[in-house]
Amino acid sequence: MKPRHKRLAAIGLGVAALGVAAALVLSAFEKNLVFFFTPSQVVAKEAPQGRTFRIGGMVEAGSVKRSGVEVRFLVTDTARSIPVVYQGALPDLFREGKGVVAQGVLGADGVFHAKEVLAKHDENYMPPEASEAVKRAQQMEERMSKTLK
Amino acid sequence: MIPELGQLALSLALVVALVQGVLPLAGAHRGDEGWMAVARPAAHTQALLVAFAFGCLVYAFVTNDFSVQYVAQNSNSALPLHYRVAGAWGGHEGSLLLWILMLGVWMSAVGMFSRHLPEEMAARVLGILGLVSAGFLAFLLFTSNPFDRLFPAAADGRDLNPLLQDPGMVIHPPMLYMGYVGFSVAYAFAVAALLSGRLDAAWARWSRPWTTVAWMFLTIGIALGSGWAYYELGWGGWWFWDPVENASFMPWLIGTALIHSLAVTEKRGAFRSWTVLLAIIAFGLSLLGTFLVRSGVLTSVHAFAVDPKRGVFVLGLFALTIGGALGLYAWRTARIGLGGSFAPVSRESMLLANNVLLAAAAGAVMLGTLYPLVLDAVGGGKISVGPPYFEAVFVPLMAPALFLMGVGPLARWKRASLPELAVQLRWALGVSAVLGLLLPFALGRWSALVGFGLALALWIVAAALLTLRKGLRQTRAHYGMVVAHVGVAVFVVGVTLVKGYDREEDANMKPGDTLAVGGYVFRLDGVRSVDGPNYKAARATVTVLRDGRPVRVLRPERRLYTVQEQTMTEAAIDTGLTRDLYVSLGDPLQGGAWLVKAQVKPFVDWIWGGCLIMAIGGLLAATDRRYRVTVPARRETAEAMA
Repeated sequence: MKPRHKRLAAIGLGVAALGVAAALVLSAFEKNLVFFFTPSQVVAKEAPQGRTFRIGGMVEAGSVKRSGVEVRFLVTDTARSIPVVYQGALPDLFREGKGVVAQGVLGADGVFHAKEVLAKHDENYMPPEASEAVKRAQQMEERMSKTLK
Repeated sequence: MIPELGQLALSLALVVALVQGVLPLAGAHRGDEGWMAVARPAAHTQALLVAFAFGCLVYAFVTNDFSVQYVAQNSNSALPLHYRVAGAWGGHEGSLLLWILMLGVWMSAVGMFSRHLPEEMAARVLGILGLVSAGFLAFLLFTSNPFDRLFPAAADGRDLNPLLQDPGMVIHPPMLYMGYVGFSVAYAFAVAALLSGRLDAAWARWSRPWTTVAWMFLTIGIALGSGWAYYELGWGGWWFWDPVENASFMPWLIGTALIHSLAVTEKRGAFRSWTVLLAIIAFGLSLLGTFLVRSGVLTSVHAFAVDPKRGVFVLGLFALTIGGALGLYAWRTARIGLGGSFAPVSRESMLLANNVLLAAAAGAVMLGTLYPLVLDAVGGGKISVGPPYFEAVFVPLMAPALFLMGVGPLARWKRASLPELAVQLRWALGVSAVLGLLLPFALGRWSALVGFGLALALWIVAAALLTLRKGLRQTRAHYGMVVAHVGVAVFVVGVTLVKGYDREEDANMKPGDTLAVGGYVFRLDGVRSVDGPNYKAARATVTVLRDGRPVRVLRPERRLYTVQEQTMTEAAIDTGLTRDLYVSLGDPLQGGAWLVKAQVKPFVDWIWGGCLIMAIGGLLAATDRRYRVTVPARRETAEAMA
């Protein structure tokens, strides 16, 4: 092989390797994207069943019930709320009336089975997903009240 | 008065930084020695001024001066003294000041250890560092002044975030920032070389020890952060692929690529433009990390600061430093030229493959970290990318890189022979493959992933030992490489075994109840309340038994920090060479019962042990005496290489 052909072959190999790497990364990315839905969207059946997604909102006051390692609570965006069930210890910042984000799967019974509960925020700060859910619900309500006038 | 002195020192430092950024660069351009000579004294003066300002801030913390807003927000009179000192970098303003202090330390070090450099090179490097420093000082003074006064003064402070009240957090930020900021030196060398048009083996040799030391600090910083998350967040994970962790991991990956690429540039004069590009990107990612963490764009445990104005300013700095450098790169790149040629099978080609894999890994982390942010910013909805993505990408990308780590150091430069390598490595390959197949059975359960991971680790160690045989050139830098590679192997063993054999149970326990986890029995003996300096805690006594005999007593706590009314899980861990016993106390339940989480984590400490060994390898390599050879000798070798 001439040096020029050698170089071309090397470049071709490099490009092919990069292509494989890119395909690998993108397919893993596509498979593991986790979408976000508000409680209202879940109630309206916009969320997929059987696929992992995230919900956000506030933990409804007085809704947290523990039985052994299982804990049940309601997540609300002030308009609608959905029941969540979770096994295990909740994060330190989880509290009633505060923002929460949960990741898991929606069961056929309409209960959200959380595999992970995130409450990474301090007392003044809401997780963006939680505030987003509340904001969307409030906008919806405003629109409704305007249309009804 | 003291805070005002600190403020004054910072303002003076900004002026000195501007002088340092302009005069030496102009001097180097015009060949004016007087102007170039400004660089060193300016760097030392600036470092002293920033250190003085930092001392003023620490003083304000130690003396509980709650008339300073930043102190009032991040400290409390009940906070123990060592956390009051650490509180100085517990928030946005102080950690930025720490960043600048670290830059000062690096600048001063460059000033001291650059006597052997040509005068224009030293002047340019220090000038560029001065410009970077000026940008950050302006950022600090105009958007996030730590010395802003509070009128009227607060009666008491709002306390340091309880998550940060931990010895690991005292030392993690300085280490991480030493690493981040250290890449500014590699960046400054790269830009200085682009300015002078002199990108040769000598330039690579000057950059190497600085880059390696920065990488060493970054490695330690990341390991400390991971260790902190492991014991302080309370649930036993050691890496969450959280955006802030990723923010420090991306510069590490590119920095690792840079170290290897610099080796090729120094030894063979090849990969020059790639090396320069990596140096610019490594610092760019360090800045990006600072931006991600400090602008509050993330939902994350680390993102304590929330202020978009700061984000725009950092983004501007980022655009100037990186955009400017890339522009210069594009303009000069034609003049850089290609280095020595090499065959498809050679040490160069293997290091090139290693670089491509590391860069691809960094790109994948970047995609997973930034895509959700970008999508959200353009109103495309909220999504998240979790650990499964990163794991799915990392195993296939890193496995070939780990394999190459065994072959690369034995391959010859320029042209290597595959049959010869196969003969050299046949025992290493055989032993690691057989042990990889058998060891999982010995450890209890067959798992393909565990076998594969262990085989790769053994392969790296065996191949590294082969390079120590007689007949090969043994230098301290070479030992450094061997040690660092063994560190990677130790790390891989830790990750593999934790992933494969980690056991955990959650249970609702009353005093006297027992819980069996992975061959151990955890017995809850009782829970009592304890008062700390600034918290109240419930402390459990848990006896761990093996074969009916007690091996350890662990005391996990659940704390309520009274000022911020925040609950914290303080896990109790028994650390061991082959396993950690990890107990955390969850919520109190009805009837005097508590939620208890017990875990047995095999070989988990090897993860951080491996990082420490890697860092030691870096230190060995960076202190090799050939980096201290005098100028004339170096010039000759450089010319011989070019």
